[in-house]
Amino acid sequence: MNLTAGWYCFKGILVREFLRFVQQRSRFLSALVRPLLWLIVFAAGFRAALGIAIIEPYETYITYETYIAPGLCCMILLFNGMQSSLSMVYDREMGSMRVLLMSPLPRPYLLLCKMVSTALISLTQVYAFLLIALLVEVEPPLLGYITVLPALMLVALLLSSLGLFLSTRIKQLENFAGVMNFVIFPMFFLSSALYPLWKMQEASEWLYWICMANPFTYAVELVRHALYVKLDVNSLMITAGATLLFAGLAVTGFNPQKSAK
Amino acid sequence: MTITAESLSFSYGPKLALKDVEFQLEKGKFHALLGPNGAGKSTLFALLTRLYELQGGNIQIDDQSIKKQPASAMKRIGVVFQQSTLDLDLTVKQNLLYHASLHGIPTSTATKRIDAELERMEMQSRANEKVRGLNGGHRRRVEIARALLHNPDILLLDEPTVGLDPQTRRSLNTHVRQLCKTDNLTVLWATHLMEEIDLDDPVVLLHKGEVLLDDKASVMLDQSGENNLTDAFHQLTDSDSFGGTK
Repeated sequence: MNLTAGWYCFKGILVREFLRFVQQRSRFLSALVRPLLWLIVFAAGFRAALGIAIIEPYETYITYETYIAPGLCCMILLFNGMQSSLSMVYDREMGSMRVLLMSPLPRPYLLLCKMVSTALISLTQVYAFLLIALLVEVEPPLLGYITVLPALMLVALLLSSLGLFLSTRIKQLENFAGVMNFVIFPMFFLSSALYPLWKMQEASEWLYWICMANPFTYAVELVRHALYVKLDVNSLMITAGATLLFAGLAVTGFNPQKSAK
Repeated sequence: MTITAESLSFSYGPKLALKDVEFQLEKGKFHALLGPNGAGKSTLFALLTRLYELQGGNIQIDDQSIKKQPASAMKRIGVVFQQSTLDLDLTVKQNLLYHASLHGIPTSTATKRIDAELERMEMQSRANEKVRGLNGGHRRRVEIARALLHNPDILLLDEPTVGLDPQTRRSLNTHVRQLCKTDNLTVLWATHLMEEIDLDDPVVLLHKGEVLLDDKASVMLDQSGENNLTDAFHQLTDSDSFGGTK
């Protein structure tokens, strides 16, 4: 593949995704409102009930808001990843997927461009959220805003490749509600996003093991550590492995014949 | 630049959609792909554009097989699909830039080509309008401009006039015929509307997945014994007035 052509292709896909994103202002707002509600309303209500002991990567007692902020960053990425699967199904139904597939560039590369573009757009929302989170005193170290970037990028890629993989399985737009109930909510609640897993273990051993098997747990921990300038190697390996797995499944499971109907 | 289809067969599960389809397009000519609904035209288009994988047979563009050299084949083909594939919420220019980028064309070159193609389609003044605001005929013009952006040698149009009024249909048809002359473009125009066909046009008539005729449109008249193409088409394909086969 010609590298220059590959670059222009990636740029074109990124610009299109960005234009679609800015035209859907409600999407941007809802992507921000959702985690902010959790951060401001839910956390205020549950702060007393869910006291947090000192756990890695924190070096002191923290507020509940501080604990859930990394999980909420991942929540934004999770919803956006699933939104990308919705947009793939929409593109397929509206026929615009055919335009993508008519490109002379290799199809796995085109899908990769699509995943990376979705991931990059998600990052802008995460940083907007982190800025607003400063108002409720979620104040990671300044360097953390930089060290969290590669972690967020990897998690965004994980979730957009999961979204792409799901889009190869979803036949119609109407089936997207099932994704909400069977993918987004279980992934989010069965993870360390809202509560440390030792608390979950105290409550239920089997739920704890489900949380431990959920790749989203490791995504959240990777982001949590990176935001406090630490590296959780275990989470990095699992998140990277899951990203490769879902990206592979998405590319191999992609069937252009569906797009031609 | 020619396209050669060799023994193309395709089935959807047990249902055979194309059976041993063979034809060759002549360089710089307007060809019609005829057939009633369900004849296999759209399946053939999906194979020509690589949206479907070849199951049996081969498609050659000059000496290149689209199976073995898909990238170079795609560079030489421009397509207008039956269903509009423009992004309604983007402007005309944004849609065209997106297509150009998918072909790896630098933005500066793409902008020049877009200006030229829109000018030729008399759509320059609408460049910055959202596609949602355009009527069906104008959308089709944009799609033709888009299909020509990467300077293809072959233009495939799958029932491009569906849903358009007769005047717009005629003007699109005339325009594409003009492109064959000015750009030496090889065109395959799928339709079931006989008024879009001239007697001198080379025609591939598909019926129930097989090639019924691969010759000039005038031969349809000779073979059917009718005196107009519409009656000849109905007689040869045994189709009723609603365009479906009996």
